[in-house]
Amino acid sequence: MNFGQQARNHKVDSLNFSEEQKMILESARSFCEDTSSIEQVRELLDSSRGYEESVWAQLVELGWTGIAVPERFGGSELGIETVVPIVESMGRSLSATPFISCTLSAQILLQAGSTDQQQRWLPRIVEGQIATVALLDNEDWGAFSTTQELNDELVLKGEKWFVDDAVSAELFIVLTQYQGNARFVMVTRNQLEEGAVQAHALIDETKRSARVDFTGVSVSAEAILVAEDTSEILNDIKLIGALLTAAEAVGATSSCLNLMVEYLNTRKQFGKLIGSYQALKHPCVDILTKLEGARSQVYHAATLFEEGQGKMDRDLEVACRMAKASANDALLMAGDRAVQFHGGMGFTYECDAQLYIRRAQWSQQQFGESAHHRKRLAPLLLSL
Amino acid sequence: MNTDADTLTAFRQEVIAWLADNIPEDPGFLLPLTFMEVGTEEQLEFLIAWQRKVYDAGYLGMAWPEAYGGRGMPQVYQDIVDEELMNHKAPIIFNTIGLGWAGPLILQLGTEAEKQKYIKGILTGDDIWCQGFSEPDHGSDLGNAQTRAVRDGDDYVINGSKIWTTHGTYAKYMILLARTNPEAQSKYAGLSFFLSPMDVPGISTSPIRKITGEYGFAQTFFDDARIPANCLMGNEGDGWKLAMQTLQYERSVDGGQASTYKITSMTSADLIETCRTIQRDGKPLLDDPIVQDQLVQFIMEERNLLLNQKRSSIQDLCTDYPLSLMLSGKLEATELFRRMRQYAVSLQGAKGGLYIHDNDALDGGIWQHAYFNNFSATIGGGTSQVQTNIIAEHALGLPK
Repeated sequence: MNFGQQARNHKVDSLNFSEEQKMILESARSFCEDTSSIEQVRELLDSSRGYEESVWAQLVELGWTGIAVPERFGGSELGIETVVPIVESMGRSLSATPFISCTLSAQILLQAGSTDQQQRWLPRIVEGQIATVALLDNEDWGAFSTTQELNDELVLKGEKWFVDDAVSAELFIVLTQYQGNARFVMVTRNQLEEGAVQAHALIDETKRSARVDFTGVSVSAEAILVAEDTSEILNDIKLIGALLTAAEAVGATSSCLNLMVEYLNTRKQFGKLIGSYQALKHPCVDILTKLEGARSQVYHAATLFEEGQGKMDRDLEVACRMAKASANDALLMAGDRAVQFHGGMGFTYECDAQLYIRRAQWSQQQFGESAHHRKRLAPLLLSL
Repeated sequence: MNTDADTLTAFRQEVIAWLADNIPEDPGFLLPLTFMEVGTEEQLEFLIAWQRKVYDAGYLGMAWPEAYGGRGMPQVYQDIVDEELMNHKAPIIFNTIGLGWAGPLILQLGTEAEKQKYIKGILTGDDIWCQGFSEPDHGSDLGNAQTRAVRDGDDYVINGSKIWTTHGTYAKYMILLARTNPEAQSKYAGLSFFLSPMDVPGISTSPIRKITGEYGFAQTFFDDARIPANCLMGNEGDGWKLAMQTLQYERSVDGGQASTYKITSMTSADLIETCRTIQRDGKPLLDDPIVQDQLVQFIMEERNLLLNQKRSSIQDLCTDYPLSLMLSGKLEATELFRRMRQYAVSLQGAKGGLYIHDNDALDGGIWQHAYFNNFSATIGGGTSQVQTNIIAEHALGLPK
């Protein structure tokens, strides 16, 4: 079936999958299956870091921390389009590493740092030092300003919230207010006061995030990333974050759906496999439909990253927002129905459905829930 | 045949120029949006003439073999024509059951004699085709078809009834599914497939009035109708296999159609335009954030369909549920259109209560009309509910 005038603009249905992406998807899927079985995921729920350092070391060895970093800084110089299959695979296995945090940190440095600053920090990220971004002062993903301050004496004042992987991070890129502008500033772990990092109790126990107090940290002028106008960069980073979270959610949705299908194919009630009841069967198809749509959106956005060599434009912004809104809705429905369809077992902590419903709640808010993105899509799509 | 980008671009320009000169003027009566909506003589005559014009220009059956009236060119040429017909909102190419289902089936599995006899007339529009699959008591449950075909000398004698026969009242041929062996091992093995003439004694049709108030399809009655034995396609007992292959074309799972332009789309772009013209609370409807949000959701779903279609040709991105994208296209598209059209009616304020016969109806009542007619798509070719079962069982592997 064909569709209206939109088809004239070929960019809206651009979707390619390169040999590189294919190889990366295959190796990432098998790596995550090997290193993040559901038993391993459960073992890590109570750990402070949330991941195995040996697994992180292997991942660094595979070159993933440098995959979207230029060769001159030790990376492979591929784009975000190759990060997508990795995070999708991680989502599929509910593998929680600081990979997204590190990727976003590297992207900020590439956009906001001087050559010297890039030379100083990027190789450390490529080599596996954990880096993270401290963007939020509160719960508002729509904010572009900050109350965090860097005064004229170059001393920071204020907290950042929802700093992912802060517990294990060596490097922090902090969005702060400096001489009337929002700026990014680099802080290293050894500059933080004792007790500055206060872990949040997250609804998704596979993930790690914290409140970090940067008050009193004194930085050098070289630690302030040179970009003076950060609003565009911040917008880009939030969109990349939204896309990567979407890719991760797509992966989680498919394993959640597999969990449901397996149960519906084994559990019997009233003498029949419960999967034969249409009341359970049809919602599974709805989830599949949402999953397939979201996966197409995610790889469409990845394709536009590749075609535009990472340059953010209107089409790519639309694609990232659509990917996130679609993936949110897919995983929310999958997690919700997975609990319900497991009946009494579904209400227990022991049942794996809880891992997915919790991931869904965490994932939907990360870089903006569906309505947040639809609200921003309206002017882009409706020529208002 | 050349398919490099420059050649194709030049070809597209040629098609666009031809359409600019040849798309007919508004005939002054409502044209069918889909091939299932042809209900009056004037519509029929108009569409036959249009199909003939497109064929004579060389833009129909471009990928079908030259020996039978096609042009023997790569499929991409026909795809370009179909895209431009759609982009220009040209009248539909209406002989879909011939062009889209029976034609590809005959070309793929028919004998040389069948190809010689049927293909050209399908393309020119001289031979209109209809389909005799569903029966009054067996709509979605095709395997249970009870219409009987009994061999008698050089004929088969047909008795029974088919329903929802699109184009039934003016078709020359029917693809007919009938039971030749009621005692067969399985209900499926007793079925046979016929390329049956319609103008024989004992075959009659009775038009059915639709929810739209119009006539568009028929019930077909077979009362000791004798058709030549060589109308049997394949062998006795091949009926189920051939019917399933026909459905592959009908549901666009398999390609090979002479043209896929059988529906004038009412897209989100049309819905947005409609929202500009309607007033709510004294302001254009498009200013309402609640309306904006719903429109964005529709656009996202529309784009999912487009992207899914693209992704379905990238095997490495279809390994999890290999059949899913193939099986779900019809369900998703038709259900989305139903919801969009229903929504469009809800937006019209008091005008939502007007129908096509009222001169004050918004855009001639096209949304109301399209909404009603859309049920032919969510019901025909397998209801959405049956499609959902098929996807659950075949794509997800859930039990029957």
